[in-house]
Amino acid sequence: MAITRKEVIKQVKAIRIFFRSIRDALKSVVRNFSLSMASILSVTITLIIVSVAIIIALNVNHATKDIEKELNIVVYASREATEEDIENLLSEIKSNRKVRETKFISKEVQKTNMSEYDETFKTILNFLDENPLLDSVIVYVEDVKEMSTVASELKQIPNVETVKYGEGTVDEVVDAFDIIEKVTIGIVIALVLVTIFLINNTIKLTIYSRKSEIEIMRLVGASNTAIKLPFIFEGLIIGLVGAIIPICVTIYGYVILHNAMKGYLFSEMLKLIKPFDIVFQVSGALLAFGALVGMYGSLKAVRKYLKI
Amino acid sequence: MKFIEFKDVTKTYSNGITACADMSVEIDKGEFVFVIGLTASGKSTFIKMLYREEKPTKGTVSVGGVNVGKLRNRKVYKFRRKVGIVFQDFKLLPNLTAYENVAFALECVGMKNSEIRPKVLRALEIVGLKDKVRSFPKELSGGEQQRVCIARAIVNEPKLLVCDEPTGNLDPKTSKEVMEVISNINHDLGTTVIMATHDKDIVNRMKKRVLVISNGMLVGDYAKGSYKASESN
Repeated sequence: MAITRKEVIKQVKAIRIFFRSIRDALKSVVRNFSLSMASILSVTITLIIVSVAIIIALNVNHATKDIEKELNIVVYASREATEEDIENLLSEIKSNRKVRETKFISKEVQKTNMSEYDETFKTILNFLDENPLLDSVIVYVEDVKEMSTVASELKQIPNVETVKYGEGTVDEVVDAFDIIEKVTIGIVIALVLVTIFLINNTIKLTIYSRKSEIEIMRLVGASNTAIKLPFIFEGLIIGLVGAIIPICVTIYGYVILHNAMKGYLFSEMLKLIKPFDIVFQVSGALLAFGALVGMYGSLKAVRKYLKI
Repeated sequence: MKFIEFKDVTKTYSNGITACADMSVEIDKGEFVFVIGLTASGKSTFIKMLYREEKPTKGTVSVGGVNVGKLRNRKVYKFRRKVGIVFQDFKLLPNLTAYENVAFALECVGMKNSEIRPKVLRALEIVGLKDKVRSFPKELSGGEQQRVCIARAIVNEPKLLVCDEPTGNLDPKTSKEVMEVISNINHDLGTTVIMATHDKDIVNRMKKRVLVISNGMLVGDYAKGSYKASESN
């Protein structure tokens, strides 16, 4: 297929307009310095707040997940069970799809564990001829919300003496974590929406002050696309530059915080996420978020003034 | 077909005011025409219909064979590239230098830089501003700003130059200079010039065709040199 000369010229012109828009956007940011600065600062401040909220939310969820992981069910095999029975019991537990992990603890191992744990236990256990303990299996489930169902399912397996999990408390803890998770996600979403609104408004104000510019562009024969492009790039630049400080705050701030608190929040049970597991993802999200909101904000504002 | 044709043009604004009633007029290529009338007489509407800032409610306005009233909003920009417009308030982009302001009209067409440069410098030379190329509008006097505006209007080499009170904000001496520039463009480049004004001195001195508009109607069409403004007008 031959491309006509006319089409080539058209494309070359479009490319020229595209690159000129980038140049014009840069020029405009520099020459409207105070206005650009106002927009950039508002992006910076809101992104810092968003970043803090995201990091708190991630950590809260991480901590609850950590605790949930430790929640388990203990299955005790009956005393009469033979070794073969126990084999069957184990494979039966493992075949349950809701089970994530199992750990078999024989009564001998349990005996040594307990003896090491406490002198009194040791004396009592040694006093008895027979090991009074039972073989047990520690079961971790995929989803802690299904703990009670899994527990009752495990009870049905032959040769199971008892099944124990922190019945009432586990359900309460799980429910509480569920609420915490929803609340933190809700806060992050609300903050993101507020940010979009704030950034949009600031950019709208900066463009409003240049309403006449848009009108002039139209009067000298600029197409709508040629008018929109520089403003979109300007929004992009404002969003990207505005994200720089929040990204530094995120990376340095979180690393410093993590070190200062030695990786724990309040107690050793609540571990903070390791900085380099999240800071770069969060920074990337901030950058993308700033850029998108900046572009969207200015596109929306220009559109408003193009409707003549 | 004449270069510009107004055929039974009526313009009624949404607030019910009729700014232009059943107007018909023809203008030839290369003509220099003054449009005069009092404030609110409808002469601004007449001028604005020439570059499709306003659409006629009835009748047709055609410029260079284009039915201006039928142009779609999204296509207007292509038509505007063929018409140079000079405004009373200059309408220069405040953050661009004189050179950039003039070049802007060519850049948005997608022209090559190597083509833009000579054209812009030539246009600025025509209006006598070659040494103010790097000045921003706020660093220029009113007359100089108006000349930048004229340079921008003619850099596309339009067939039609529409001027809406170009001397309205200028003192008599500067007005005279600006008028000379416009007159030269009409004479040297053969550009059709249509100019709204209420500066009687200019109209009397230039001795061109004059259209008199009053209450939205064309009340007088005087051939070259036959019009003499009096104090009562």
